[in-house]
Amino acid sequence: MPMNKRMNLTLLAAALVALAVAAGATASSKGTSLSLVAYSTPKPVMAKLIQAWQKTPDGSGVSFTQSYGPSTNQAKAVAAGQPADLVFLSTGDDVNLLVDAGLVNQNWNRQSYDGIAADTVVVFAVRDGNPKHIKSWADLIKPGVQVVTPNPFSSGSAKWNILAAYGAQRRLGKTDKQATAYVQQLFSHVVSQDSSGSNATNTFLSGKGDVLITYESEAINANLQGKNIQYVIPRQTMLIQLPIAVLKNSKNADAANQFIRFVKSVPSQETLVQYGFRPVNPTVAKEAATIKKFPARPGIFKIDDKYIGGWRNADKVWFASGSGRMVKIEQAVSGPTSG
Amino acid sequence: MGQPLASVAQPAPAVGRLVSNTTRERAGTALSLGFVTVFLSVIVALPIAALVWSSRNDGWSGFWTAVSAPEAVAALKLTLAVAALVALTNALAGTLIAWVLVRDEFRGKSLVNGIIDLPFALPTIVAGLLVLALYGPHSPVGVHAAFTRYAIYLVLLFVTLPFVVRTVQPVLYELDTQMEEAARSLGARELTIFTRIVFPSILPGILSGVAMAFARAIGEIGAIVILSGNLPYKTEVASVYVFNLSQSGNGTAAAAVAVVLLAISFAVLLAVGGIRRLATRYERA
Amino acid sequence: MLKKYAVRFAALGYLLVVLLGPLSMLFWRVYVEGAGKAWTALTDPDTIHAFKVTLELVAIAVPLNTLFGIVVALAIVRRRFLGKGLLNAFVDLPLALSPVVVGLSLYLLYGRTGWFGPWFSGHGIQVLFALPSMVLATIFVSVPFVAREVVPTLREIGDEQEQAAHTLGASGWQTFWRITLPSIRWAVIYGVIVTTARCLGEYGAVAIVSGSIQGKTETATLRVQEEYENLNLAGSYGISLVLAAIAIIVLILMTTLRPKEGVS
Repeated sequence: MPMNKRMNLTLLAAALVALAVAAGATASSKGTSLSLVAYSTPKPVMAKLIQAWQKTPDGSGVSFTQSYGPSTNQAKAVAAGQPADLVFLSTGDDVNLLVDAGLVNQNWNRQSYDGIAADTVVVFAVRDGNPKHIKSWADLIKPGVQVVTPNPFSSGSAKWNILAAYGAQRRLGKTDKQATAYVQQLFSHVVSQDSSGSNATNTFLSGKGDVLITYESEAINANLQGKNIQYVIPRQTMLIQLPIAVLKNSKNADAANQFIRFVKSVPSQETLVQYGFRPVNPTVAKEAATIKKFPARPGIFKIDDKYIGGWRNADKVWFASGSGRMVKIEQAVSGPTSG
Repeated sequence: MGQPLASVAQPAPAVGRLVSNTTRERAGTALSLGFVTVFLSVIVALPIAALVWSSRNDGWSGFWTAVSAPEAVAALKLTLAVAALVALTNALAGTLIAWVLVRDEFRGKSLVNGIIDLPFALPTIVAGLLVLALYGPHSPVGVHAAFTRYAIYLVLLFVTLPFVVRTVQPVLYELDTQMEEAARSLGARELTIFTRIVFPSILPGILSGVAMAFARAIGEIGAIVILSGNLPYKTEVASVYVFNLSQSGNGTAAAAVAVVLLAISFAVLLAVGGIRRLATRYERA
Repeated sequence: MLKKYAVRFAALGYLLVVLLGPLSMLFWRVYVEGAGKAWTALTDPDTIHAFKVTLELVAIAVPLNTLFGIVVALAIVRRRFLGKGLLNAFVDLPLALSPVVVGLSLYLLYGRTGWFGPWFSGHGIQVLFALPSMVLATIFVSVPFVAREVVPTLREIGDEQEQAAHTLGASGWQTFWRITLPSIRWAVIYGVIVTTARCLGEYGAVAIVSGSIQGKTETATLRVQEEYENLNLAGSYGISLVLAAIAIIVLILMTTLRPKEGVS
């Protein structure tokens, strides 16, 4: 009996080791592998683009690992050592975080299209039929309106929402103080601040809030997945520019750069349009399909607008930990003061 | 004795201990202790030490700031309150269920007994998802409590169900019913029998189960992360708060609050050990 | 008489609401979300990889903790030494400790500014956001279970047989293999089952150290959360169904192998 037991235990141990080795062997990649770290919502379109690229000579044989999450948290994870070859984040602010950590070249935004892969705009997602008639920023602060927007200390989407809210007020003639007061009033209507844009979408879809401030691309993405979200583009809204950049220490920088060029090429930009993103490639922007899909808004302004002053300035004024305006506003409304 | 909740720290009876102390004995002891020490150091002690050390990266003032931040205080308060409520509910329900499983007889009892352990076997993320399905926006029973404190309470009840049941059951089973029979024959009421005879005997079992349920409720993350809705001050519990801080690069602040949770865990373990020693003091005398 | 029924129905009613209510949602939600969509999600390469990662973690953590559990149980019950109380505390600690605290402690130890982080990254070894840290986290949270099963059994059976073997000239190794191990085998097996269940279900600690990199450092439980975040509820429920099926098998094993006591 003991001999059999010993043999059985040995066989069991051997089987376990074999299993572990087999699992490990299949898990290890052969050939070039690119690590993509991205913000929370573009997973479906990235899957499509990666597939398409892998059919080209440049991309054949290249495997991908992907990680999606709240843009700022993702940037911090990469800064803390999460392996990455390229990042596709939702704000230039988060890429600057990596520049400051020495991981991204400070010329990243001198690449084609200023280092941007795609655009979108800030929109209001509303309930079926828009029962509270939400069309403009002023409607958001009407009594009883409940707003869903993510946590600005972890999510890139949240930052865009706040700057869009502020910028819209400024462009309507309000002073800096008045516009900041508006943002505070807006946040007193906020009923949920999830960590990421996609979590906020989930919260809104699960029944919370009257309006979700989100990316146009995310609303379209939800609709493509059958969720049926109605959305409104306010007259004054912000152009969301989504940056893509290679990491300095990437061992596959060439492949990563090739993929980025691919993302900015005409066929990829057309795919991005299908998935709800506004293209950066001017050829695609002029196509009939694009114009039909994306209503123009004369009131669209960008991050470099004089009232916002670019990401470095916006970060210092609004999102700096401890001293940013959002810290004070969140404290006033009992919201999160960190990611 | 298949008691998954029996602590390793039981008082040692005289039986089972080798008395001789030969050189080979000492070598064996050294070898096994060496292995155990290295293993526990690498796996448990060093990470915990790093945690405690990191919590002081910004000095004592930094530690205090992190722990006394309004959001942290709110999260800890909510955590302790919900965990206390969960522990209390388990004390009552768990004792009730253990009683029925030991003293009652009905068809399907062994099935019921088996299913008690399900929360041990089921991944907590699945538990959270199922509670969301039951009490979320598509609730079949019309209860829409997801993303509220009630949802946290309910899912923690699910997760901590086995604790008190499994600590009370063995004690009830071992209980000699002669005293109860005697009391009954002398005319005592059922309630009196329970409070005067049964309850004192099972109290240590209840208390240790409650302590473990409390510790579990304080630390739970997987079941809560989907339901929590991230509403600071409203539905954010301490574990989610620490999780969020860790994800946003605030390792030091996270460590500070985590040290508080660690201290609570240690306190619970001490309490359980103390209860056990108290309960078996007559056996050891 | 009535009281007996009242007590019984109170207990069973509680179980129905708290336990069976949520459980019953599983099949229903898979049905509502679409079994086809759930199947698609289950056969997604990233999901299959997530299950593989979970299996890998189990395959490494369970044998190690079994070995540790037996050795430490023997040491606690059969040996004399100082510091047993401290040893007990460390072995039991993972039972009372939040997985978030576990994950964070590993994150701080092996991170860029941690004690060990620079050494490992200097030698090109990725610990965080890769399998090694996930293994460490899984082992940490499942340390106590085998020990806690074996200790009471060892205490109960005593060491007369070992002593007899010793006087008959058996070596320590022979005594262990032929007498000690067989006597504790059911406690070990039960402990292995409970440890496996714990490793399968781990979420918080692994979530912090792994970075949830799809196709690389995602486990099945992390995948459930990922699918939920990606608005793919069918996927979430599908994976949950598989995990629940495994849990029920574990539960059956636990019930049949647990020594029959506590139920009259």
